[in-house]
Amino acid sequence: MNPFKLIKNGIVDENPTLVQCIGLCPTLAVSTSATNGIGMGIAATAVLIGSNMAVSAIRRFVPDEIRIPIFIVVIAGFVTVVQLLISGFAPALDQALGIFIPLIVVNCIILARSEAFAFKNGLVASALDGVGMGLGFTLALTSLGAVRELLGNGTVFDIKVTPDGFQPALLVILAPGGFIALGTFMALFRRYQSWVAERRGLSVPEAADEGCGACGAAAFCKATGGDGGSVGDSIGPVTGGSAG
Amino acid sequence: MSLLLLFLDAIFVHNILLSRFLGCCPFLGVSTKSETAKGMGVAVIFVTVLAAVATWLVYNLVLVPLHLEYLYTLSFILVIAALVQFVELALKKINPTLYKSLGIFLPLITTNCAVLGVAVLNMNEHADSLLAAAVNALGSSAGFLLAIMLMAGIRERVDRNDGIPKCLQGLPIALVTAGLMSIAFMGFTGIIK
Repeated sequence: MNPFKLIKNGIVDENPTLVQCIGLCPTLAVSTSATNGIGMGIAATAVLIGSNMAVSAIRRFVPDEIRIPIFIVVIAGFVTVVQLLISGFAPALDQALGIFIPLIVVNCIILARSEAFAFKNGLVASALDGVGMGLGFTLALTSLGAVRELLGNGTVFDIKVTPDGFQPALLVILAPGGFIALGTFMALFRRYQSWVAERRGLSVPEAADEGCGACGAAAFCKATGGDGGSVGDSIGPVTGGSAG
Repeated sequence: MSLLLLFLDAIFVHNILLSRFLGCCPFLGVSTKSETAKGMGVAVIFVTVLAAVATWLVYNLVLVPLHLEYLYTLSFILVIAALVQFVELALKKINPTLYKSLGIFLPLITTNCAVLGVAVLNMNEHADSLLAAAVNALGSSAGFLLAIMLMAGIRERVDRNDGIPKCLQGLPIALVTAGLMSIAFMGFTGIIK
């Protein structure tokens, strides 16, 4: 596969945050400033590249039935490494990101890429996919962080850019601002995508469907359903039952 | 802080979803029907409390004496994954009715950051008392149930509204709704000193 295409795929076409809508917890929580966004993005990218390569390298030796626990252990190993590196070399970032560094383990982006890409592709392609997805995540986090920091604190990357009379809206960097800013970002990105599609004369892409269908980790969740019937299938009847 | 205050604080003031941002994926993914939302919420309460107790024991009785604290991420996620599997099997055997209503949500919860998040928070804040850790877990997950039920109630109505611009339909409008709920919950700040 074309390496450039693989990377672009992660940044634009299948952007984990804005298109696949996965990994939202860290996105909402750490995008209070552009610096935090970059820090979190790089940490997750490092884990993503490492775990993608490791999973791809061991994929021939991993039995299908227990691949999910193995992915989790591999990812947790890389997260511990990154965690120790951050607390050793960037203690300020460690303070700012706090609990969200260990929580990279359960970031669905990383599990979803192991399951959907690295387990089926070669080492180099998996590494490039990790770079692309990681950059997509980092860019989304950083731009969201920059906007929130600008409106909520009047600075970008800790540099004051607003005139003296500007009254920052503190709400934007508090919890509610995270939800509203991400919702607005997602809507704008969708608008942009349908605008591009219209200009090229293609059909407008359907908005991602509700719930698990939209989630890139759906395949993973289905897989963890195990022998007791897959989760995706069994949620169906429940939803249908309550509707009917 | 007394246990009751800790419990109320975890539900309202530091709501796990609306103020701590833990467990957003199920919050947005499973909140389209209130029936499903309730099942998810109850399953989260069940697993979070059990996982909080198990991880507290593992951390304080195994990792601390062996000076292996830095391995907490790895051991917590393994403990939680094993626990969820075990609970699923046990529930299937002991109480099939309960299994029918909760069972399908259990595997989804292994990688829910609310469960691991509460375990890590407990390690940071309530390392001295198992009871406080369990109460914090109970309060946090009750807050999860409250928020996801409220959200599902709102979304059932929002989804019937055709006037929403196409690019805002679905997830974006749900996120904005969550933001407004979060503003409402900010009103609880300060009730517990």
